[in-house]
Parts: sequence; structure tokens; C-alpha cells
Amino acid sequence: MAYKIMEKEELSSDVKLLKVKAPLVAKKALAGQFIILRIDESGERIPLTMAQTDKEQGLVTIIFQEVGKTTNQLGALEIGDEILDFVGPLGKPTHVEHLGTVICVGGGIGVAPIYPIASAFHKKGSNLISIIGARTKKLLILEKEMKEISDQLYVTTDDGSYGFHGFVTEMLQKLIDDGLTIDMVMAIGPVPMMQAVCKLTKSYNLKTMVSLNPIMIDGTGMCGGCRVSVGGKTQFACVDGPEFDGHLVDFVELRKRQGTFRNQENKSTKKYDQECRLKSKL
Amino acid sequence: MVRQEMPTQPAAERVKNFNEVALGYTSEQAVTEAKRCLQCKKPRCMKGCPVEIDIPGFIAKIAKEDFLGAIKHIKQKNSLPAICGRVCPQETQCEQLCVLGKKSEPIAIGRLERFVADYEVQQGNIEIPKITSRLNKKVAVVGSGPSGLTVASDLAKLGYNVTVFEALHKSGGVLSYGIPEFRLPKSIVDREVEYIQKLGVEIRKNFVVGRLMTVDELLDDSYKAIYLANGAGLPKFLNIPGENLIGVYSANEFLTRVNLMKAYLFPDHDTPVKIGKRVAVFGGGNVAMDSARVAKRLGAEEVYIVYRRSKEEMPARKEESEHAEEEGIIFKFLTNPVEIIGDEEGKVAALKSIAMELGEPDESGRRRPIPIKDSEFVIEMDTVVVAIGQGANPLVGSTTKNLKISDRGYIIADEEEGQTSRKEIFAGGDIVTGAATVISAMGAGRKAAIGIDKYLKNRS
Ligand SMILES: Cc1cc2nc3c(=O)[nH]c(=O)nc-3n(C[C@H](O)[C@H](O)[C@H](O)COP(=O)(O)OP(=O)(O)OC[C@H]3O[C@@H](n4cnc5c(N)ncnc54)[C@H](O)[C@@H]3O)c2cc1C
Ligand SMILES: Cc1cc2nc3c(=O)[nH]c(=O)nc-3n(C[C@H](O)[C@H](O)[C@H](O)COP(=O)(O)OP(=O)(O)OC[C@H]3O[C@@H](n4cnc5c(N)ncnc54)[C@H](O)[C@@H]3O)c2cc1C
Ligand code: SF4
Ligand code: SF4
Ligand code: FES
Repeated sequence: MAYKIMEKEELSSDVKLLKVKAPLVAKKALAGQFIILRIDESGERIPLTMAQTDKEQGLVTIIFQEVGKTTNQLGALEIGDEILDFVGPLGKPTHVEHLGTVICVGGGIGVAPIYPIASAFHKKGSNLISIIGARTKKLLILEKEMKEISDQLYVTTDDGSYGFHGFVTEMLQKLIDDGLTIDMVMAIGPVPMMQAVCKLTKSYNLKTMVSLNPIMIDGTGMCGGCRVSVGGKTQFACVDGPEFDGHLVDFVELRKRQGTFRNQENKSTKKYDQECRLKSKL
Repeated sequence: MVRQEMPTQPAAERVKNFNEVALGYTSEQAVTEAKRCLQCKKPRCMKGCPVEIDIPGFIAKIAKEDFLGAIKHIKQKNSLPAICGRVCPQETQCEQLCVLGKKSEPIAIGRLERFVADYEVQQGNIEIPKITSRLNKKVAVVGSGPSGLTVASDLAKLGYNVTVFEALHKSGGVLSYGIPEFRLPKSIVDREVEYIQKLGVEIRKNFVVGRLMTVDELLDDSYKAIYLANGAGLPKFLNIPGENLIGVYSANEFLTRVNLMKAYLFPDHDTPVKIGKRVAVFGGGNVAMDSARVAKRLGAEEVYIVYRRSKEEMPARKEESEHAEEEGIIFKFLTNPVEIIGDEEGKVAALKSIAMELGEPDESGRRRPIPIKDSEFVIEMDTVVVAIGQGANPLVGSTTKNLKISDRGYIIADEEEGQTSRKEIFAGGDIVTGAATVISAMGAGRKAAIGIDKYLKNRS
């Protein structure tokens, strides 16, 4: 059984959206969970958050940034193409409850995974404030979607090309300074961003959850490759997480571990680029 | 007459490739070896085989050069003979009990089993038994390791409609992701899985029970009984400082990268693995031997097995530790790691260990290792593989209502037929016993098939 691509969209120059036919997975998926896919027989298993699910049509939406071999190859697939393996839902779903005010902070590609979580908090009737940021306007994704579900949406760009000029943390700082009562912060994005948000919220003792993205293989707790240190204890992000109390996460270790295979990844991406160029010449 | 030696790839050659190490008997060797068997009236050897293969029976057929007859005979009891012939720890099972072992060397039962299984494949026509009765009853199996495959094939032969649910993208369990190609070629695992599919068993991969559907949901869905064979797939760590450094793998991760994901073919296969010059593997079982030998093949210059007891206590199959030794793996016995030391980038730089001595026997009957005071020493290292065992993965057990689980997380099941605290749920293999052997997992599957059949017949 292969998994067919039913829709495709380009959200920015290197961010793509695919809707994949996987009815059982779609039926079971909850906010905060992810899938692992493998494109073909020689492919790597990579985890991606389910940005949206359509239970009736049996579709799972994935949104990904093309950063290396597998995500580039995935981005090159077209409607009608098939993905060989697609397994999920994996990970613990977000603990969603009605809260007074929740702030969802999404940075870069992190807006994709925060979207379903923000939606879930919105559906529970919480006051939802969202801050989404990107390096520059061109890279901003899901603004419209986030706007629809948020009571208030703030957009930031590092270069000031759109919205607030600055980092998401500066926006968050402003909201805190304004004296807003905040029950919880949910932050997803690059590790340095999550780390910065946690540093800020810790000083105000604001409960902050983050979704971690260590390197994974099986996603079922079998390999231990995804281990992260949380509160001094080793946890497997794929089964114990991916969400954890951000104030307890050892981000430095996570960042280092994410770089474990950097040399090999570069080699693999280079090889793929060359093969693509060769193909396009033919 | 002496026991026939197994031809192998020379050590200097084989450490450069992932091809099978043991090459298998020739027909002449097989017949010569088979003729050594005394055809005992009360064959002790059979007591050592958890699936009770008629050992003298199949050996007699080999002696008469009826190789296809021999494999047919084995398959009545064992649907994975090419695998068992390769990986069973025969020296503690069938061969340990062979009478010839008392005075000289036991019959090479495993090698003979392997020979006829391979012979059948070379002949091309693998016979699929006719399934005479169709019961129109659905049974679910969780996990496609040896235990799940065995129960599935036995139930299919009895006429049940069997579906196996497998979390990974490939069937076989540890046979696919754990045991390396050079010891158990994956084409053999695929072949055996195919055989079971030809019996009518459906295998649904990419299906994580407990996430996609729970056991209770499967039972509600139309499955009348379920067999849990999800294995002991939870890697253990020592919980010493430095275990999360870059360059420290659990054996499961290391072997999964290499075997399941074929990282040894990187970059033609996309999954990478990083191996340094000096590799330390913690542990003394099959998993440790496999990890060490894989590391060597990936190009490591020095590979150490760091084991806290002595050579005698090593639980690995004898053949594997001997092969490892031939391949230049360095054994550090009576040594216990205490800390992995990292550099500024968070990479493994060295290993600090302490010397041990053996004291009184512990509950496992082996002498307990005790640290020798002030005997710590440091060796430079850049990769560490932790192969000290597996525990129970809680995913299935914890998502199933009212299922009795032991303190250590294993599913509690009746030893005879595998029934659990819930009568429609059966379990066996590593998830019940803890990490054990392929053949014991299969034995549990065999017994559970009988149990499930009985349960379903009584109910209707
Ligand atoms: C739970 C989870 C959810 C994720 N959700 C999304 C998402 O919704 N959208 C998105 O764009 N990205 C997401 N990621 C990150 C995504 O998995 C990586 O970007 C992808 O694996 C990169 O693969 P590559 O071959 O293209 O790049 P590579 O060049 O191989 O790697 C680039 C970087 O990606 C990371 N990476 C590589 N392989 C893996 C792997 N097997 N598992 C995890 N990380 C890896 C490493 O840090 C690496 O340095 C998620 C990660 C996790 C763990
Ligand atoms: C590296 C290594 C080397 C070994 N060498 C030997 C040897 O030489 N000889 C020997 O006799 N034994 C050996 N063993 C032990 C032997 O492989 C195991 O005892 C045996 O495989 C156990 O079989 P099993 O069917 O119980 O479980 P497994 O083989 O572990 O299979 C369990 C299966 O269930 C799947 N699963 C788990 N959770 C779920 C879920 N939630 N949903 C769906 N599927 C799930 C897993 O993906 C896996 O495929 C070795 C083990 C390892 C790790
Ligand atoms: S299955 Fe294993 S234990 Fe049984 S006879 Fe064969 S090698 Fe021996
Ligand atoms: S005990 Fe040894 S000699 Fe006797 S039947 Fe078994 S294999 Fe043959
Ligand atoms: S990805 Fe293997 S244990 Fe989490």
C-alpha cells in the first residue's frame, strides 16, 4: 500500500505543502502528533508534523522546509506520485484544555506544527494569541490560516520587511510588559528560538511547552536515537514527547545532537543535487 | 568421525564486506555429517529444541540424500528453518543434548537444518501446503518478528484468517532490523516472510498498534483473538555520565541504521551512520557481538567489547564470539564503563572504565562482578555502542485495558498457551520473557497457536 499525493502547494520558495491520502492515519490524528515517512526503497525515515487532517477525505497535510536530501526529494514529488511508507500518528498528542489565555509562538517552519495545536486551543474556547515570525516576508507561512483561528495575531520579521520588525521573543516581551495574564505559552520553531522563548518566560515563571525535533528513526521508542534531556532525565522524544516543559529542556545538548550527521547530510544533499542537474540536462 | 567444519569467508576478507560469513555445507559435507548421527531411539537432542523438530528423522533423510524430504519434515514443525539453522544458539539447545557431545562432538544439527532449507530454495520450487479448511475467523497478530510469524503461519494452516500488524516498514522484527546481513542475509528473511504470506497471511506494515489502533479497537473491529508479539524493543542505557554525547548509540539505533536502513550503502541509501576510529561496545551478548562486527566492517580501526564479567559468562552464541575474535575485535573482560568523556563539541572523546572481579553467584547463577577500588582507567574513544539489553516497550501494554503487566513491564501470559489476563488476548516471545532467542519466541508462537485455536473452538 503506497500513499498518494492528492494536493500540492508552494507556500514559499522552499516550503511546500502536500496532502497525502492516508485515511486511517487521518482518522486517528490529534494535535501535536506527527508521522514518519520514507519516500522510496533507499530512502531515509523522516518525521513531519501533521499540519492538518481531513478525516472525511482521508487526507493528511504535511508542510516542510526543503533543507536536505529527503525534504528536497519530497518537494519534487507531484500530485499523483506515491510515498512508499507513511506511518502515524506518532507521539503524544498535545494536552489541550480550556485555558484563559494561550500564546502560540511559531518561528519559521515551526508555524506549520503550531497551527494544529493553536486550532485545538481555539476550539476549546481559550483566548488564543499567536505570534508568528520569519526571517523575511517571503518566508512567512500560514498567516491567513493562523489569523482565522487566533483572537489576536502578531507577525514579526527579522528584517522588518513585514509586520513587527524583530524577533518573536521581542513581541512576546511586549505582550508580557503590557500586563497580559498568560496561562501558557506554546513555542515551536528552530531550537535557538525555542530556547530564547524559554529563557524569557522562565524569568516570569510562565508555563511554556515546546515541541522538540531531534533526529528520529523508528518513532516508536525502539532506537533511542531521539533522546533528549528534560529535567536531567533522558526521555525519548518520539514516545515521551515531542512536547515537553520548555523550562526543563537541555537545548544545548539537543542542538549538538541534531548536528550528529552534518557531514554525511551535506554529502547526501550534494549527490542529490548533482543527480538532479544531470537529469535536467538529459 | 569428526564433525564437519563449516566453510567460512576468511576473516581478513569478510571484515571488508557485509556478505555472509558462514558459507554453508556442501551436499557431501551434509551427508557425511548426517551419517554420524546414531539415530537414537530416545533422541535427547529433541528435548533441546523448543519447537520439537524430529531431528533424527530429518537427519536420516539427509543421510539418504533425500534433501527435499528432509526439509519437508522440518517444516512440519518449523516454518523458519533457514533462519534457525543460522541463528539458534545450538550449543545450549539441541546440540548441547546430543549424546555424541559427551564423548566427542555433537551432530551439527543447525548446519544441517540450514543446508536443507537453502537446498530447497536453490531447487526453486518451495512447496506451499494446501490449506484444507477455511474457518472464516479473524485473528490479529501484533509484530512480525519470529514469534508473530510463527503463530500466523500455524493459524493460517489451521484455516484462520490472519492479519499481522507491523510498526516498521519491513517484516521480520529483530531478524530484519537487528541481526546483521553477514549473519542472516535479509533475502532469507524476505523469503521466509513470503512463504508465510503465501499461506494467506496478510501483513500490514506501517501500523503501530497502540497509536493507529489499540488492541481493544482491533478486537472490536472483527478480530476474535489477538496475539501480542511486539518484542522487547526498548533500549537500555547504563545511566552513566556522557551517554547522550554525539557518537553514543544504543545498539538498536546503530543496528537499525545499518541493517534496516542499509547505512552501510550510504550515500546510495539515504540513512547515514557515523563511525570513528575507536569504538567501544558495552555488553557481552549477541547484540554486542553484532554491533562490534558491524563497526569493524564500517571501517573502525579498533573495536572493543567492554564486558563486566569474564569470557565464561558471556551470553553470546559461541560461534559469534569466536568469529568476532577472528575478526580482530578486542575483548576487555571484567571491565565496567563508568563515564563517557566528551570534547567541547559534545562528541565522545574517551571512555573511563573500572576493573571488576567476580564475587558470589547472583540470581542469574553467574558470578556477580564487583568493582575493584581505585582501578579506573581511561581509553581514547570516539564511538560508543550500548548493547546491554532491551526492556519492554510499553506502547502496546499500556494502551490495552486490563492487561496484566509485570513489574518490569513484560506482559504476563500463561506459559503453556500464552493466554493473558484477558482470555481473548495471547502473548509470547520477548515481550513476555524479556530478550531471549529466536527459537524460544517461535516456540511461544507455536504453543499460542494451539491455545488460540482451542479458545476459539470452545467459544463457538
Ligand atoms: C517530531 C518532529 C516533527 C517535525 N516536523 C516538521 C515539519 O512539520 N516540517 C518540517 O519542515 N520539518 C519538521 N521536522 C524536521 C524534519 O524532520 C527535518 O527537517 C528532515 O528530517 C530533514 O531531512 P533532510 O534529509 O531533508 O535533511 P538533512 O540534510 O538530512 O538534515 C537536515 C537537518 O534535519 C535534521 N534531520 C535529519 N534527519 C532527520 C531525521 N531522520 N529526523 C529528524 N530530524 C532529522 C537534522 O537536524 C539535520 O541536521 C520535524 C522533526 C521532528 C522530530
Ligand atoms: C542484534 C540482535 C542479535 C540477536 N541474535 C540472536 C541470535 O543469534 N540467535 C537468537 O536465537 N536470538 C538472537 N537475538 C534475539 C532474538 O532476535 C529475539 O529474541 C527474537 O527476535 C524475539 O522475537 P519476537 O517475535 O518476540 O520479537 P521481535 O523480533 O522483537 O519482533 C517484534 C516486532 O513487533 C513490532 N512491534 C513492536 N511494537 C509494535 C506495535 N506497537 N505495533 C506493531 N508492531 C510492533 C516490531 O517492530 C518488531 O517487528 C538477537 C537479538 C538482537 C537484537
Ligand atoms: S530449530 Fe534451533 S534448536 Fe531446534 S533443531 Fe533447529 S537449530 Fe536446533
Ligand atoms: S542425540 Fe545426537 S546422535 Fe542422537 S539422534 Fe539426536 S542428533 Fe542424532
Ligand atoms: S525515534 Fe527511535 S526511539 Fe524515538
